Amino acid sequence: MRTARPAGIVGYGAYVPRPRVRASSIAAAWGREAAHLPVREKSVPGLDEDAVTMAIEAARGAVARSGVAPDRIRAVWVGSESKPYAVKPSGTIVAEAIGATPWVSAADLEFACKAGSEAMQAALAFVGSGMADYALGIGMDAAQSKPGDALELTAAAGGAAFLFGPAEEALAVVEATASYVTDTPDFFRRQHLHYPEHGHRFTGEPSYFAHSRAASRGLLEGLGRRPADYRWAVFHQPNPKFMRRVAADLGFTEEQIAAGAVVDRIGNTYSGASLLGLAAVLDTAREGDRIFFCSYGSGAGSDSFSFVATPRLAAARAAAPSVDDYLENRRAIGDYGEYLRLSRKIRML
Amino acid sequence: MELPRYHRMRRALYRLEGTSCPSCSRRFFPPRAVCPACRKGGLEPFPFSGRGTLYSYTRITQAPRGFASVAPYAVGMVRLEEGPLVSAPLADTDGIDLSIGMPVEMVTRRIHEASENGPIVYGYKFRPRLRPPRQ
Ligand SMILES: [Zn+2]
Repeated sequence: MRTARPAGIVGYGAYVPRPRVRASSIAAAWGREAAHLPVREKSVPGLDEDAVTMAIEAARGAVARSGVAPDRIRAVWVGSESKPYAVKPSGTIVAEAIGATPWVSAADLEFACKAGSEAMQAALAFVGSGMADYALGIGMDAAQSKPGDALELTAAAGGAAFLFGPAEEALAVVEATASYVTDTPDFFRRQHLHYPEHGHRFTGEPSYFAHSRAASRGLLEGLGRRPADYRWAVFHQPNPKFMRRVAADLGFTEEQIAAGAVVDRIGNTYSGASLLGLAAVLDTAREGDRIFFCSYGSGAGSDSFSFVATPRLAAARAAAPSVDDYLENRRAIGDYGEYLRLSRKIRML
Repeated sequence: MELPRYHRMRRALYRLEGTSCPSCSRRFFPPRAVCPACRKGGLEPFPFSGRGTLYSYTRITQAPRGFASVAPYAVGMVRLEEGPLVSAPLADTDGIDLSIGMPVEMVTRRIHEASENGPIVYGYKFRPRLRPPRQ
């Protein structure tokens, strides 16, 4: 899919909360072996943080890097599976906090871990159709996981925001995008329940791998490109192994995915994961670099994007903290008990 | 915080929007409706940058009702770059040695939640400034 009017990312911002819990602390609490844990530690929101506060900070970074006056932004779309309210948009709070209200569209998008890239695609389309000059797409999660579940070892907090605008002002221009969706029951959460469930038979190959590969190959074929034409590649990263396997299946190398492999350091930030990887790549990409991006969300589907970094990228970086600034701003949580407290998993009976 | 007051204060709470006096250009936070120097109304909204330095601080261990679940926490007074002195909760201070004069920056966080079925109140806090300083 291509836009009628050339468009791209004019600003980006990231956020990762400061607390980190060691995967070994979680494993120990449930009597699991500490060998072969998927990640060393994962990020956890502070007691005063949620998907909205984290989205606000990432959005501020995106606006600061763009230099765009916030009242010129015509859409604030937040993709998340950890909205603080069941009914009440997160987008309005974010829009108000960055000064984009009241002449702005706002909404929350939902598609498991693909909600963030969906918000990006919608923002791109708003600009690319000529309906607006600037639109913000955010993917942010304080990921939910059932205590004792394998996902608890990786379910993390963080994400990124991308402000889309005209190609002439872009830090990275969008060449094209593709979406690939089927109805696949690999992961779901019913109303009024706290934690999601797996459709075990559908985990992995028929879901993450099949959809990521299809959306990636569709975009590459549409553009007449090969993986070697890209300097960088970012995939959804539920764990280090899946991300590396799908990259290898498609013919991308470790060198291409290393800069965006944020999962290795903080775990899986769900709707934020692929976006945070893209932000980390924009922190290091040079003018002319091609960037391949593919998200994945259970349910299931993938959105793929092809970007080219422009000469404006380098100069915009200093206006907001880098992904690395956030990764290094860490505080180790003492034990599993403190982790439960921060995750609000303790209920008073 | 009562819902109508929260709604009225949202720009100040979420993004540190104060007011400035068009006659003497004094800036106010929290926002004032009348300039005490000129004794005139008609003040205009003024967006503070959120950057400042820590003027004073203390750590709360015996929290008031409604805040016990987040204790211990720090509160401080911050001298904003644009002049006003603001008292506010501090964020991300665990394990950090706070010191008078240290650079801080505004972040929007959850401030209060009276009950499980009530509104979540978001508002400003200040945290030790991240590198690089925002421009
Ligand atoms: Zn005055």
